[in-house]
Amino acid sequence: LLPPSNLCLMKIAVCVKQVPDSWAEKKMINGTLDREGVDAVLNDLDEYAVEEALRIVEAHGGNEEGGAHSVTIISMGPERATEAIRKALSMGANDAILISDSALAGADAITTSAVLAKVIETGGFDLVLCGTESTDARMSVVPAMISARLGWAQLTFAGSVVVDPAASTVAITRVTDAGVDSMGASFPAVLSVIEKINEPRYPSFKGIMASKKKTIDVRDCAAIGISVQGAWSLVADSAPRPARAAGIKVTDSGDGGKELVDFLAGKKLI
Amino acid sequence: MSNVFILVDLQGDAVSKTTAELATAGARMGDVTAIVLTQPGKSAAIVSALTGPISTVISIESEDLATHGVPAYADLISQIVTEKKPSALLIASHAFGKEIAGRVAIATDSGIITDAVDVAADGTATQLVFGGSTTVHSKISHGVSIMTIRPNTIEANTATASPTVENVTKSVSDVAKKVRITATQPFVKGGRPELTEANIVVSGGRGTNGDFAAVEGLADALGAAVGASRAATDAGWYPHTHQVGQTGKTVSPQLYVACGISGAIQHRAGMQTSKTIVVVNKDAEAPIFDIADFGVIGDLFAVLPKATEGVIARKS
Ligand SMILES: Cc1cc2nc3c(=O)[nH]c(=O)nc-3n(C[C@H](O)[C@H](O)[C@H](O)COP(=O)(O)OP(=O)(O)OC[C@H]3O[C@@H](n4cnc5c(N)ncnc54)[C@H](O)[C@@H]3O)c2cc1C
Ligand SMILES: Nc1ncnc2c1ncn2[C@@H]1O[C@H](COP(=O)(O)O)[C@@H](O)[C@H]1O
Repeated sequence: LLPPSNLCLMKIAVCVKQVPDSWAEKKMINGTLDREGVDAVLNDLDEYAVEEALRIVEAHGGNEEGGAHSVTIISMGPERATEAIRKALSMGANDAILISDSALAGADAITTSAVLAKVIETGGFDLVLCGTESTDARMSVVPAMISARLGWAQLTFAGSVVVDPAASTVAITRVTDAGVDSMGASFPAVLSVIEKINEPRYPSFKGIMASKKKTIDVRDCAAIGISVQGAWSLVADSAPRPARAAGIKVTDSGDGGKELVDFLAGKKLI
Repeated sequence: MSNVFILVDLQGDAVSKTTAELATAGARMGDVTAIVLTQPGKSAAIVSALTGPISTVISIESEDLATHGVPAYADLISQIVTEKKPSALLIASHAFGKEIAGRVAIATDSGIITDAVDVAADGTATQLVFGGSTTVHSKISHGVSIMTIRPNTIEANTATASPTVENVTKSVSDVAKKVRITATQPFVKGGRPELTEANIVVSGGRGTNGDFAAVEGLADALGAAVGASRAATDAGWYPHTHQVGQTGKTVSPQLYVACGISGAIQHRAGMQTSKTIVVVNKDAEAPIFDIADFGVIGDLFAVLPKATEGVIARKS
């Protein structure tokens, strides 16, 4: 007789991107982001997805050795993206897949979603978790595109997630500008989580040591069986915007508010 | 002349100001067809509220939209786009609009550009990237040119529209019905203007110490929307929907007044493209002063009430 937990093994994938540090000033070279000049880190917003995936499995028996479930990190990016992946592994994910290929340099969201969907499709996952946005591309479309490509349920902009592994269902509250929606679906589903959902853990010393032994399976396009098309949106030109001209600065000694109003009036803003 | 589709942008059942902006951008490229997607019985009122250069309306009413959300909208739009083959599809740039655009791009094998702040007659989009520090011009080279356009960036032609209206019946595909929405709670709009549509935004940060009365006072005197930094929304002082910045809203009003906000790069990413920036901060070294057209070094609790008084005095 199988123990009940074996009847509901959950396989969760988390899509993470390595991005230039969001605190750094960025610039373009030949129509693409200059990635060499800035520090690369795990997309801050994807840390919330890693954390949420870990909380989901921990609430149902865990993913450590002997635990019922697993969390796999999936990333598309250059070889050095392994650094960002290690951070996710040191938080507690089990293993990782990195799709890295020179043909993918400068990939747009269409290609990125095709690559990620291809890997997810063959991995037998129940749930895929993403961040809401990569802090460099800032498109907020990849999770919806993955869902569209796979024909899986789309549960994005989640402010809370409740999973029932026995019933193979997941419910979220979707939080956007428009309001709050309660929604649910059966597995498999693609989720994205907002940054108010949790507080990502810091990797423990034990976690960091353990992450060094975890597998990062690096594959190229041929290995996942995908041929890459060129980007469908082409950059014609890019230029740094002229810096704002130095403004006026006054120290308030009782008249600051009045001076502010005079400035607005001078500019015909009131 | 080529045919350009726009998705009518709604706030609840009301046509948003962004819709006329989309129509104005679309008319530069071709003849504009506006798609109205709504619940049964609601389209007539929406159609009659449309303004801007719209020649045709395609209107679909379906119960499935409210029940299945983004995938259902994207599915119906993809069906019409596949049938009518417009050269471009313009949608408002917010979470909902961008996700629809992304799904339609996949369904119709098309390229996509998000967060355009301008569109030229030949379909070239202007985007401001890296927190507004860099201008990029780009163009879609495959399929329908699917672009999402940031509210409040294109000056709208709001002439009365008298379009030809086609009421179409279509059903949502099963694959787009995998999610079920069980409850919807729209954010109640306060009396103040919508943040992304406002001409003036007054924002407060950690410097308010949780007391937004002075910020709201100035906002109301100016007829402005109220924004907040993440420090203020994280602390629970102001709702998350009012957060300006990388993980909040991007605004580009005529005037942005930042009060008690230091100007972290993630905050600047959401307001850097404002036409005029005014700052009130007691720390002369705060980085927000670097992008200010006018800055007051001072305590916001002293400066803002005086400014509010001054604005009211000038208006009366
Ligand atoms: C991935 C990521 C995403 C983020 N997204 C956002 C985002 O979308 N939006 C956002 O805003 N931030 C965002 N942040 C956070 C950002 O880095 C800053 O922490 C935040 O903007 C700081 O808010 P603040 O300026 O209000 O607070 P602080 O940096 O603490 O600044 C408070 C300012 O108030 C001034 N002050 C204090 N008292 C007074 C007074 N009485 N009168 C006048 N001035 C006073 C101080 O001099 C100081 O300059 C993000 C961070 C990360 C890592
Ligand atoms: N290259 C990538 N590799 C893995 N995940 C990605 C990649 N690009 C985007 N994602 C995921 O999609 C989310 C939204 O990204 P974007 O649509 O680029 O703003 C991110 O938060 C990630 O979870």
